[in-house]
Amino acid sequence: MTLPRPSSPHLHGPASTARTMRDVVLASAPGLIALTVCFGWGTLVNLLWAVPLALGCEAAILHARDLPVRRALGDCSALVTALLLAIALPPAAPWWLVAIGTLAAIGFAKHLYGGLGQNPFNPAMIGYVVLLISFPLEMTRWIAPLGAASGAVPGPLEALRGALGLLEPARLDALTMATPLDLLRQNQTLLVAELWRGNPQFGRFGGTGWEWVNAGFLAGGLYLLWRRVFTWHAPAGMLGALVLMATLFYDGGSAASGGSPLFHLFTGATMLGAFFIVTDPVTAPASTRGRLLAGALVGVLVYLIRRWGNYPDAVAFSVLLMNFAAPLIDHLVQPRVYGHGSGGRAP
Amino acid sequence: MNDDRYAQVLRDGLWRNNGALVQLLGLCPLLAVSGSVVNALGMGLATIVVLATTSTLVASVRNTVPNAIRLPVFVLIIASSVTVVELLMQALAYGMYEVLGIFLPLITTNCLVLGRAEAFASRNPVAISAFEGMMMGSGFAATLIVLGALRELFGNGTLFAGMDLLFGPAAAAWEVRPFGEYKHFLLAVLPPGAFIFTGLLIAAKNGIDARLQERRARAAAPAAPPGSKRVRVTGHIG
Repeated sequence: MTLPRPSSPHLHGPASTARTMRDVVLASAPGLIALTVCFGWGTLVNLLWAVPLALGCEAAILHARDLPVRRALGDCSALVTALLLAIALPPAAPWWLVAIGTLAAIGFAKHLYGGLGQNPFNPAMIGYVVLLISFPLEMTRWIAPLGAASGAVPGPLEALRGALGLLEPARLDALTMATPLDLLRQNQTLLVAELWRGNPQFGRFGGTGWEWVNAGFLAGGLYLLWRRVFTWHAPAGMLGALVLMATLFYDGGSAASGGSPLFHLFTGATMLGAFFIVTDPVTAPASTRGRLLAGALVGVLVYLIRRWGNYPDAVAFSVLLMNFAAPLIDHLVQPRVYGHGSGGRAP
Repeated sequence: MNDDRYAQVLRDGLWRNNGALVQLLGLCPLLAVSGSVVNALGMGLATIVVLATTSTLVASVRNTVPNAIRLPVFVLIIASSVTVVELLMQALAYGMYEVLGIFLPLITTNCLVLGRAEAFASRNPVAISAFEGMMMGSGFAATLIVLGALRELFGNGTLFAGMDLLFGPAAAAWEVRPFGEYKHFLLAVLPPGAFIFTGLLIAAKNGIDARLQERRARAAAPAAPPGSKRVRVTGHIG
């Protein structure tokens, strides 16, 4: 195969993996700050432990594979994986939980498939799902928002003690609370208004704290969109489908019909998923139409699993299922080439 | 010469042509009942007995069975020996029989059994076929046990739990807890764990093979004479 070689002068595009990844890290700042304010220092503790671990793991595997270590570490992709995993895990998760998740993400999901750009599944989500199906108890222990349970969110010292497993079980129980999505699923006979009145976890329209976290990630996502790190298709598809599903099924009052569309948009991992996970350039479909379709299917799946599934949130499972489907979606949305029938066959 | 042949069958069955790790046959029982050492051991023993008996029987009738109907005949022989093993296990180790459940009669459909009958026993004398069946079964059982041990260790933090199912009440005390208090790593005992650990075992076997070959090649070929003019044109990048 010969590649056409245009003559100089060439325009050098400023985009690079490292630049993209640094943008992603920067864009996660608002959400990270919201998480810290609303749920305490736990997420930062997760992050402080996950990042060196991910970088160390990446370096060790690259070294074992005889690949250039310094350049690959410089592209910050392992940093982003650790960041997304640390955000997705419950604040002040036990240190071994973070460690297992990070090793599964970097070692198994990324490097066993060939490293950056080769992995069919989003590494951070693989790490999350491995933990969720292995340690359901630890993975569903969320800190109560804005100190709704015990008066104050955990400070740096308490979060650190929680991560090291030094907190007494009673104190840990006092700090944690069911998430709004859990409450909605467990109280199918109540009205949404009753739930709102009886539980401090429900805020103005999303969950207390959750609405700020989601707003933070929305802001970060819009920044990334402005920076053209990704196109609008995947997030629009996911959020649009989620709103559509929630609107179709919500009857305006009962908890059994799921929450309102606004509630679904601003609770759980919706915005994080829409702007930081389904937009992963490696594991999403390559075509824009494919991204729109895959995003929409993620949105539908998120609603289905939230409503009728057994897990606290659904973004990780939905994204992984769509990662499976990405090659098929890309194949199906191929535009017809002029002079050919559909699917590349002669007419 | 004859000893050589046996040695080769032994090497093939246990390592070089291992039924589970190289031929990738019989994956269904391998993945389904390798959750603990005791299950793996029960399944492994049953498979060894079935493989040895079918290989012996198939080899002894190989000259009288017309080629056109050999497969149904082999399957009948396999199904009969599986039934015998199943009844034996029901009589001698009922607890184990209960645990293995449907996977015990399903040995009939284990590709490894039919594969060895077709590829080896139908073309070789009785004695070496019986030995071959036993070695193939042992290789399969060994893989199964290693896999069972890994999954039990990572999943439950125990080793040799529930051995009383096979060896009587005294064996209940064989259970080892190397980690003491252990958080159950459920993924290892769930189906995905079976796939992941099998993949790791295959990778480990290939890695060991590659290292052995490298060492053998280095031992066989003396270092290049000094002053060689050959230039290395390939190598590591970066």
